[in-house]
Amino acid sequence: MAALKKSFQLKSRDFIHAGEASISVQNMLKQIGIESALIRRVAICAYEGEMNAVMHGENGSFRIEVNTDKIILDISDEGPGIEDIAKAMEKGFSTASEEYREMGFGAGMGLPNMETHSDRLDIESEKGQGTRVVMRFSLSPGSRENKTGQSA
Amino acid sequence: MKTQDLIDQFGLTAAAGKAGIDREIAGGYCGDLLSEVMANAPIGCVWMTIQVHQNIVAVAVLREMAAIVLAMDNQPDLETCEKADREKIPILLYNGSSYELAGKLYAAGIVNETADE
Ligand SMILES: Nc1ncnc2c1ncn2[C@@H]1O[C@H](COP(=O)(O)OP(=O)(O)OP(=O)(O)O)[C@@H](O)[C@H]1O
Ligand SMILES: [Mg+2]
Repeated sequence: MAALKKSFQLKSRDFIHAGEASISVQNMLKQIGIESALIRRVAICAYEGEMNAVMHGENGSFRIEVNTDKIILDISDEGPGIEDIAKAMEKGFSTASEEYREMGFGAGMGLPNMETHSDRLDIESEKGQGTRVVMRFSLSPGSRENKTGQSA
Repeated sequence: MKTQDLIDQFGLTAAAGKAGIDREIAGGYCGDLLSEVMANAPIGCVWMTIQVHQNIVAVAVLREMAAIVLAMDNQPDLETCEKADREKIPILLYNGSSYELAGKLYAAGIVNETADE
């Protein structure tokens, strides 16, 4: 079975379009018959990753790959990077500006949400070098209601 | 109860997303921090918030919500309405407080089955 792949460019601080990649992924997973509990987990992770790349990063790129045994979300950007990843992972830690906080961002819950809802979260980042966040979700045989006629 | 019933019973106004008002309501949630709402709002809920910018629509779509309610006469941004129309997420306006509306919804039998999903 060939892997299904899709990718999106994310423009930094473009809050008009922010979230659209995640919605598109949600639709795609529904179409190929992924079970809803898993789609909901992927939706949370996609949203948080997309928002972080848009809000904190520059030149973001968002990719999803659906294989027979897993879904991979690979979100990277060329922004300022994360200085202390362990600290960034702490619930409540945020460097979001006052303006973003007023918009409801900056709870410091994005990365903790991604950790909770993915099966595996890997973050590569260096100050000044950008950030890459990869999340994996295992697909057990039951988590995909195999629809007949689906080639993906 | 469907979103349309909510509008009729509690005097809400639909500002956008009217194509989505026939969805069944599966719970309620109050929150203004988007990541917190994303993690904790029940699927199919009515979400009461003070946020009015377009990202609330993405949260509602991704969390498969029934509707968003802006309480205390808060008005949605134009982009929010456009997006809500596109995504068929009703944006409802309520002139009282979220607290008051939440109490009414609860009394009407809209309770959350589980804390998550
Ligand atoms: N792509 C990124 N580039 C640079 N810094 C990042 C990136 N992603 C996360 N961070 C840093 O990690 C912190 C914590 O991220 P997290 O997503 O948990 O919270 P937040 O984005 O600040 O708020 P929330 O996600 O709750 O709206 C951010 O405030 C930021 O300092
Ligand atoms: Mg975040």
